Amino acid sequence: MPFNLLVLSCITYAAFLFLVAFAVEHRAARGEARWLRSPLIYTLSLSVYCTAWTFYGAVGYAARSGLEYLTIYLGPTLIFVGWWWMLRKLVRIGRQQRVTSIADMISSRYGKSNLLGVMVTLLCVIAATPYIALQLQSVTLSFGVFAAAGSYGWAMPDTNSTALWVAGGLAVFTILFGTRNLDANEQHTGIVTAIAVEAVVKLVALIAVGVFVVWVLADGPGDIIARIGTSQLADWDLVPSRWAGLTVLSAAAVITLPRMFQVLVVENSDERHLATASWAFPLYLMAMSLFVVPIAVVGLQMLPNGANPDLFVLTLPLSQGQGGLAMLAFLGGFSSATSMVIVASIALATMVSNHIVMPLWLRLRPSREVTGDVRRLVLMSRRMSIAGVLGLGYLYFAVSGGSAALAAIGLISFAGVAQMLPAMLGGIFWRGATRVGAALGLGTGFAVWAYTLFLPSFGPGSVLPLEVFQNGAFGLSWLRPHALFGVEGMDPLIHALFWSIAFNTTAFALGSLLSFPTPVERVQGLAFVDVFDTEREEPRPWVQGEAEPEELLNMAQRILGDDEALSFFEGQARAQGKDGYLPDPAPEFLTALERRLAGSVGAAAAHAMIAELAGHARVTVADLMRVADETAQIMEYSARLESQREELTRTARQLREANEKLTQLSVQKDAFLSQISHELRTPMTSIRAFSEILMEGDLPPDMVVSQARIINDEAIRLTRLLNDLLDLSVLENGSVQLDIKLANLSELIDLALRVAGQTRPERVFTVVRDRPTEALFLRTDPDRLAQVFINLISNSRKYCDAATPELRIVVRQRGARVNVDFIDNGSGIPKDKQALIFEKFARLTDQSRAGGAGLGLAICREIMANLGGTITYLPGQGGAGFRVTLPLRLEKSSEGGTA
Amino acid sequence: MTKRRGPVFLARRSYRLRRMRDAARLLPIAGAFLFLLPILWEPDRSASRDTATDGIYLFVIWALLVLIAALMAPGLGTGEEPESGAHGDEEAPH
Repeated sequence: MPFNLLVLSCITYAAFLFLVAFAVEHRAARGEARWLRSPLIYTLSLSVYCTAWTFYGAVGYAARSGLEYLTIYLGPTLIFVGWWWMLRKLVRIGRQQRVTSIADMISSRYGKSNLLGVMVTLLCVIAATPYIALQLQSVTLSFGVFAAAGSYGWAMPDTNSTALWVAGGLAVFTILFGTRNLDANEQHTGIVTAIAVEAVVKLVALIAVGVFVVWVLADGPGDIIARIGTSQLADWDLVPSRWAGLTVLSAAAVITLPRMFQVLVVENSDERHLATASWAFPLYLMAMSLFVVPIAVVGLQMLPNGANPDLFVLTLPLSQGQGGLAMLAFLGGFSSATSMVIVASIALATMVSNHIVMPLWLRLRPSREVTGDVRRLVLMSRRMSIAGVLGLGYLYFAVSGGSAALAAIGLISFAGVAQMLPAMLGGIFWRGATRVGAALGLGTGFAVWAYTLFLPSFGPGSVLPLEVFQNGAFGLSWLRPHALFGVEGMDPLIHALFWSIAFNTTAFALGSLLSFPTPVERVQGLAFVDVFDTEREEPRPWVQGEAEPEELLNMAQRILGDDEALSFFEGQARAQGKDGYLPDPAPEFLTALERRLAGSVGAAAAHAMIAELAGHARVTVADLMRVADETAQIMEYSARLESQREELTRTARQLREANEKLTQLSVQKDAFLSQISHELRTPMTSIRAFSEILMEGDLPPDMVVSQARIINDEAIRLTRLLNDLLDLSVLENGSVQLDIKLANLSELIDLALRVAGQTRPERVFTVVRDRPTEALFLRTDPDRLAQVFINLISNSRKYCDAATPELRIVVRQRGARVNVDFIDNGSGIPKDKQALIFEKFARLTDQSRAGGAGLGLAICREIMANLGGTITYLPGQGGAGFRVTLPLRLEKSSEGGTA
Repeated sequence: MTKRRGPVFLARRSYRLRRMRDAARLLPIAGAFLFLLPILWEPDRSASRDTATDGIYLFVIWALLVLIAALMAPGLGTGEEPESGAHGDEEAPH
């Protein structure tokens, strides 16, 4: 096949995947995609375990070492059918703590330690490098196979530049795919679905080649068994240490590989999916490995002696002239490589941005306030990290020459990530595991792995000098990389695995036994180990009352985005029994907020950010004692008391607020009564006075006219005041007649701006609008809605005290509802007054500045209630902000209730 | 902790549920033993070893594990069901 056609089909395929991801995310955003979060998709997404190494390499592995390739799939099978032991717990912890990556999980377990986060991140990046190089190599090799077969079209560039092109293409693809937005909890519905599609493609491709080999090239299974007997595969020697060691290694890798952790724990949307995956994923692995031996055997017999067995999946169909089948196989291999690279680099980029960039930024920024767009910073650092990770992969490929067999490279990565196993298992099963132990274990294991396996993988003499291989470092013969302590004759991989895990576990255990954990560590240890013991109450490390809710909201908006943050704060406030967007800074709320932020920036960074605003976390010895010592009975009793107490606190809080409001209202009502009498009396007085003059008669006609006009004006003023009061009472009774029709929102705003321009016309106001978003047609009562808008804009014109006043009007459609925000840049409304502004007769400043009797916002609130919507004050906008929410289509039924 | 948490004896249904979970925990151990079995016989085999037989043996065990896991998975629940207020059988004694 011509090379350019090949490149074209790759790009088409990638574009197709992108479309799938895009469509899925679009539907998920509208809440229509329940089936996309099914156990099937979850299971298929786990197949990122099967990379190009499986797709191409397994056949090569089988051709070289017989059935040994099976160990790579037997280990994961055991872990999955034994999900009740470990996976269930991991997934539960991941969901409860809103874990974003494996580094986040380990850091969070050991007291939200950033040191551990950094260590794990570095380890994962270094260990993933050879693996990514492996994917580049396999795609490059498969390109080479096709390019050699074709004779026209573009000439294929040399291997190194092909690899560079592939790496660059994958980087662009992943950045487009994976960093479009900063999801809460780091879930990527679209990508997971695209990965599931790729899983199907690679399975179908491999099985198609297998069926072709078994039933077309050979005469069915019986013939294959006979051929195995006569091939070189019959002579393979099972090496017991490798057989057992590799099974254990692959079992460890399936839970510690960053990309597996990503799809297994982070992207899990429902714990019950795991029950299905527990058997379906082993089934997938079995299907993937079923035809490996037949392909290897037939390939060895039919292809020339020097043929690379790593590419039999491609070269067998090609040699038989089956171009279509070969193309399918090529796409299968391409799928395997791309899905691995996408998920791995997303997982690694999350780690780098959460554990390296965020902490640096927290430390380096000048002021303690969270300013600027943190989301953009995080996204940018993720994009850079993705490019960086792929760059490292390419570098490894270029330096190591890409000559080693595929299988050997993959196992180096496996052994690297397996170093996290002691810290991870210890973390979820042993409360005594400490940060010191975990750091020591990880460090030691990493050092031994690097010295005995990773650095030697570049080849003797390239990184480690030949001298070191033969005589050991510093000339000490017991430090030879492949024979530590003089243990010779071991397989290098098993040698490295054995020593690194042995040292790692010993350092971890000793470090944990001899050190003393900090309180936060002990709290987290309890939360992880006893994750299923939900009745136990967690101690809340935050103290009441030091944080300002508005500052917290500001920070949360920078990280979660405006809407997310506002709706989260609103929900928390409602749970406390409060209206509006600002909950009390109670410990429960701070803990919930910390978890929520941890879903975006990782546990350590979230903890540090809240600590800055809320003061340091305090876990008292009493807290810990309570957690540790209570018997079930006391626990149950205190839990009951606790829930009663909470209920009481909530009621008390509501009562207190109601009482405050009532007292203030009563004061205001008195003030209003005296004011309304004043307002009524002033025109009355002048009407009386002038009518008395008129009664005396004897006046020149022009004087009569002017005095009659004064009487008329005053009467009109009175009528207007009475109209307002009447309007309000009609609205409140719900007996208002609405005139419902279609109205253009943009035109309504235009109208409101024009009318409100008559209020203080001498002020120059900048109005910021986004016309395209306003192009909405509403079914509502346009006159009433315009009245609300006019009121809000006039208020802003009246009260905004900025030197260069500015009004932002933001329209957003949320499902079947529309939000219209009016935000100015004045000093806003003080917190203690926010609850009162919608009450009747409320006025913040003296009457001198306001024209009316303080009924405007009260009328607005009643109008919105009649239109099926709400009007609320929006705190934390850098000025006074009002949000008008109303339904896109006001239904007859809700109207009928009011008619 | 000396005080026993939860009841000592259970009703038949929750008893069955617990034994089912025990079985789910035992399954990977049995699987590991069967997968490692070839180590015991392989090195001592004569020159006429048969890769195909070993392969078929491994795939049969594999298929059985998948089958048993598939049969058990729906019946294990989520670990959330009330077990007459008992939560004494979680792992990790401390």
